[in-house]
Amino acid sequence: MSMERGLRTGAVEIGTSLAFALAGAAAIWDSRRIGAGWGAEGPQSGTFPFWIGLFLVAASIGTLVQAVRAREESGLFVTWDQLRLVASVLVPTTIFVAAIPITGIYLASAALVAWFMHRLGGFGWGRSVAAGLATALVTFLVFEIWFLVALPKGPIETALGY
Amino acid sequence: MTLMGCSRRSLLIGAGAAVLATPALAQRAWEPTRPVQFIVPAGTGGGADQMARVIQGIVSKHKLMRQPMVVVNKAGGAGAEGFLEAKGARGNPHMIVITLSNLFTTPLATGVPFSWGDLTPVAMLALDEFVLWVNAESPWKTAQEFIAAAKQERLKLGGTGSKQEDQIIGVAMAKATGANLTYVPFRGGGEVAVQLVGRHIDASVNNPIEAVTHWRSGALRPLCVFDGQRLAGTEKITETASWSDIPTAKESGMDVEYLMLRGIFMPAGVQPAQLAFYEDLLGKVRETQEWRELMQQGAFNTTSLTGEAFRAWLTREEARHRGLMQEAGFVA
Amino acid sequence: MEEFGLLMQGFAVALEPQNMLLMLVGVVLGVLIGVLPGLGGANGIAILLPLTFAMPPVSAIIMLSCIYWGALFGGAITSILFNIPGEPWSVATTFDGYPMAQQGKAAEALTAAFTSSFVGAFVAIVMITFIAPVIAGFALRFGPPEFFAVMFLSFASFVGMSKGPALKTVCAMMLGFLLAAVGMDTVTGQLRMTFGSTEMIRGFDFLVAVIGLFGISEILCSIEDGLRFKGQRAKIDLKVVLRVWASLPRHWLLAMRSALIGCWMGITPAGATPASFMSYGVARRMSKNGASFGKGRIEGVIAPETAAHAAGTSALLPMLTLGVPGSPTAAVLLGGLIMWGLQPGPMLFTEQKDFVWGLIASMYLGNIAGLLVVLVAVPWFAAILRVPFSIIAAIILVVCAIGAFTVSNAEFDITLMLIFGVIGYVLKKLDYPLAPLVLALVLGDRTEEAFRQSLLISEGSLGVFFSNWLVSTIMAAGFALLLWPLISWLRGLLPGLPARRVRPA
Repeated sequence: MSMERGLRTGAVEIGTSLAFALAGAAAIWDSRRIGAGWGAEGPQSGTFPFWIGLFLVAASIGTLVQAVRAREESGLFVTWDQLRLVASVLVPTTIFVAAIPITGIYLASAALVAWFMHRLGGFGWGRSVAAGLATALVTFLVFEIWFLVALPKGPIETALGY
Repeated sequence: MTLMGCSRRSLLIGAGAAVLATPALAQRAWEPTRPVQFIVPAGTGGGADQMARVIQGIVSKHKLMRQPMVVVNKAGGAGAEGFLEAKGARGNPHMIVITLSNLFTTPLATGVPFSWGDLTPVAMLALDEFVLWVNAESPWKTAQEFIAAAKQERLKLGGTGSKQEDQIIGVAMAKATGANLTYVPFRGGGEVAVQLVGRHIDASVNNPIEAVTHWRSGALRPLCVFDGQRLAGTEKITETASWSDIPTAKESGMDVEYLMLRGIFMPAGVQPAQLAFYEDLLGKVRETQEWRELMQQGAFNTTSLTGEAFRAWLTREEARHRGLMQEAGFVA
Repeated sequence: MEEFGLLMQGFAVALEPQNMLLMLVGVVLGVLIGVLPGLGGANGIAILLPLTFAMPPVSAIIMLSCIYWGALFGGAITSILFNIPGEPWSVATTFDGYPMAQQGKAAEALTAAFTSSFVGAFVAIVMITFIAPVIAGFALRFGPPEFFAVMFLSFASFVGMSKGPALKTVCAMMLGFLLAAVGMDTVTGQLRMTFGSTEMIRGFDFLVAVIGLFGISEILCSIEDGLRFKGQRAKIDLKVVLRVWASLPRHWLLAMRSALIGCWMGITPAGATPASFMSYGVARRMSKNGASFGKGRIEGVIAPETAAHAAGTSALLPMLTLGVPGSPTAAVLLGGLIMWGLQPGPMLFTEQKDFVWGLIASMYLGNIAGLLVVLVAVPWFAAILRVPFSIIAAIILVVCAIGAFTVSNAEFDITLMLIFGVIGYVLKKLDYPLAPLVLALVLGDRTEEAFRQSLLISEGSLGVFFSNWLVSTIMAAGFALLLWPLISWLRGLLPGLPARRVRPA
């Protein structure tokens, strides 16, 4: 079997339609709470989400049935090699996003740019770090100084008085 | 490259040291050492937003503060987002919030855990008035005529948002007179005024500044103002009438009074010196020509309070809003 | 012709060297604002507004309206190059613009986008110049039922042309509607589907979702085939501009139709975003090669861009004449007018003639200045694609994060953006169409709101949607468009009648 070579489309298809159904069910549940009827002066707050949730559940069950039927002949969603490439971008990005509340966006950005250049582009550490810092500095000047947009900041910026 | 990075870093450290040194030099009064965030718990373009941006403009034009002031809109959940942000910023002296009536109504209507006690009141800048408007082509010339008509048939009252000041006034009017009013919520005051000009609704309780131009163009007609006394402006807005010619609701036989707070708050737990800085800053803002023009254009009630008087006013208003909201059945 | 004289006077004011300089600065700043997603026109102008308080009102409005032009132009750049709409109204531009860039035709797509933006805006300005009062009166006729009808028409023109499997299209669209409904219900003030979370009160902002669904997911998709972007070897020089220009006159009918849709939507005021979707939908319906839309057709760039700019420009008209902004950006400009001591509304045109005509003159000149600036820069923009992936991808991610944050100054939105990126990646690979999702997300809550406001006004009677000729006509047009695939299909069944094959959604 060639199962080892990647994630099968059928599995992802089934998972996705289940997630859709779940979202629909959550909407239905919440709409029932706030009233999903047709009041004296038109629909209540929950009416639209309720019916939309219902449609969503119905459509996703339909997709689910199709996916289950076609499971056997479904191809690969993504090969492990491809997934590795995707992860090489997604994992650092996730760390970047997670780090923003702690370090602020500038330091995190510098690190992300440097990491990408070094790991994915094969640039030396010196140039990568310099480019990262330059990105952070330009961003800082553009947003914080010129446009006066306050972006998330960390301890370093606080120490510098911003 | 490395050299450049080095020199830049030392530059930054130098700048940081200079900033840190400033408060030491000026021992007497506290001053912001970083850009001040000015939170607007409402969307761009609304009354609170306009006022905040005018203040920002005045502060930067007259150089009233060394650090810049940055306006940040946090409108989500009828302002709950902005208030929660301020609540979470305990002790931060570089944040101020402008408030409108949603300071009282939002926590009551949505159940979001928040009250003005979670903030430090700085100053009441002004009170915004509410005027009952109808289309100039409608047959109603006075509030009495309008109410009489609303007892005959159901009339549509347009307003901004839901379970907020406009709807509260609507419910209070209905309660006081027995009129049949259907409240239709819209997104902003300007939109409400135009819907009234286009006769899609029968009346509105727009703030003066939102509807004044339509009054001058002859499209809308003011019937009464929901204040204890008449408005101050005596110069003619239209050919025949000035703000002070509009009767009060009480004169029109309707015991409804409502004014909206335009006030400034800080997060809780700030030091007295920091509070004093902003009180002083806002005092200077109020003395500028630009501010006076804004007050005049919008026919604002220029009552302004600070300190204990402001706190007492807030306590009273909060209780009154709870009562009004409970009566209207708006409490979550 | 008193107006004509005033307009010429306005030109004279706008052409003063100092004002010309402000114009240029404004356009460049605007392009920058438009390119950075999240830092949209409204934000940008709000931020720069205080700087203009020290200037004379005419200079200030010249600079601000040039920022507005620049932002309108700039929104298209990232849509075409990276599939990241810098502004909500450039979402429809990604549908064909990005495939063009992937095929190495980035410069062509950019030129077409800029030029048609210019045409759209120009038509709108001409309209403002000559028939402003008539149109302002027309805008007054739009109450909630009419507004709902317009929204319905936007959906109808778009539905039925999705390329995805029917069930998946329904799923995607319903998800869009659900996401749009999260947060506070504006009609009753109740919180919906927040499940007790304070972060959810804000709801899902359209831009945050789109940056993730389109931008981040595109990066993830494109690296599967190696760490690079497609279409980077395009030949780029300024001759491209001339070549594209030579081919553009063929599409004049399309451009005029799109400009009209745009003007209409701008005045109503439904705004530039639905205008761009509707125009794209209609262009595709009307085209003989409708099926090849979405694969890199130049018409798919011209239609939404022309409409978006015509709408963006004509949105200034209700602001000036009624004091009601047709777009968030116009709303902020409105605040500016008040600050300069001008009272927008019906009296502005009679009491502040100098200002109004100076503004209109600056619209003409600013639009021309904007076009020149961005066209000259086309090769540079297109050359961004040649920057190594490892550098540009990180910078895009950083810019996206900043964009997602600035929409409502919330760190949580950056996380949301990433989640949407992963969702977009999975949905794209599974053949779920993203366009219906985005359409539902951007128009969903306004549509529901208008529907419910209408029923409040009519006390629950659905007859309100057919209560006068205006709303009935729009509704009828909507139903016709909605049923079009069915009608063509029925016609195909009749023997002897040659009909175009249209696949029902």
